[in-house]
Amino acid sequence: MQPRRKKRLFSMLLVISLIAGAVGAMLFALQQNINLFYTPGQLVQGLGEGKIKPDVGQRLRLGGMVVPGSVSRDATSLKVSFDLTDDSGEIATVEFEGILPDLFREGQGIVAQGILKSANVLAATEVLAKHDEEYLPPEVAEAVKGIRHVPPSQLQQQNRPQSNYGG
Amino acid sequence: MFKWLDPLAKPETLFHFCGKLTPWLMGSAIFTMLLGNIWGLGFTPTDYQQGDSYRIIHIHVPSAIMSMGAYMAMAIAAFTALVWQIKTAQWAVLAIAPIGAVYTAIALLTGMAWGKPMWGAWWVWDARLTSQLILLFLYFGVMALHGAFSDRQTGAKVASLLAVIGVINLPIIHFSVEWWNTLHQGATITKFGKPSIDPSMLWPLLISLLAYKLLLAALACYRLRTAILENEQHRPWVKQWVAKQ
Repeated sequence: MQPRRKKRLFSMLLVISLIAGAVGAMLFALQQNINLFYTPGQLVQGLGEGKIKPDVGQRLRLGGMVVPGSVSRDATSLKVSFDLTDDSGEIATVEFEGILPDLFREGQGIVAQGILKSANVLAATEVLAKHDEEYLPPEVAEAVKGIRHVPPSQLQQQNRPQSNYGG
Repeated sequence: MFKWLDPLAKPETLFHFCGKLTPWLMGSAIFTMLLGNIWGLGFTPTDYQQGDSYRIIHIHVPSAIMSMGAYMAMAIAAFTALVWQIKTAQWAVLAIAPIGAVYTAIALLTGMAWGKPMWGAWWVWDARLTSQLILLFLYFGVMALHGAFSDRQTGAKVASLLAVIGVINLPIIHFSVEWWNTLHQGATITKFGKPSIDPSMLWPLLISLLAYKLLLAALACYRLRTAILENEQHRPWVKQWVAKQ
């Protein structure tokens, strides 16, 4: 390789590695801020090495699995409350008034945005459903995972004959 | 090692090479695109969670993966252009950039259309969505910088430099769903281990992926030929070629 090309090659590699290092350091510093949501475990136990807990009244997002059997609806309004949990086993409660997304069901991943009312209660203004990266036909999902994905409202109407997979 | 590539640095050779390649690439791209989309959108089973809405995966995932693939190709061309100062590599950068930008826009728009019914929101400032949006701006930046200088050589160099530096965004896009809590789900097929998608849905998806790759190659060859003609229009070989048409 010609010396001129070699010089250009090394200066290019130097520039790239310097910028990669800078971006890496920046992302590392922002680690806690880029997370879209707190998990119930992070909410209760604190986030990161500093065990920083959010303050009551803080605006935040909370994400976790809906605890089966915890969904309770108000009979006369759209008020609903449910518990979220994660691998840590900690539980946080979400209170929400409005229409839940179609994918909302027990055992489903949910991200709720709102204001922290007390240490583990969130008054949500928006509830988003998170779905996993698995794509299966309903029969396969039932056979492999033993899951019948049925929205909670339809659970109460007693077992429908056909398998429900959508909203 | 790359001695066999050397003749392709010459504009005339590259022009004829791309000319031979384009019809084959375009033909197979159209074939696989039709096959993948008809199979994927019409004949795959519904998803256990998402019903029919998940079918947009057959457009969203191939365009998203290839938007990153196109960027990598563009960055390799830019790196070659900067280090070896090959002008055909320089033209290739500008040939690929708009195609990659369109792929990125398709991925973002189909993602929004998918997010609204499934998540409940068109857009969330989630690490995956944001880094993909930055990819779109990187493409825009490369295209804009090319034309931003009165000296074309300077513009080309600065645009190539941005293209090379922007590569840092690719691992961030890919690993964003693992490094941080995101609303976007994790990788389904581009991960180590078994893809977590049923084979009946995976095959049309892989065919669509191939289709987007072939289409990218075909369009890039086509645009590169146009760039060569434009830049070499006063050369005798171009005049001879035009006279033969």
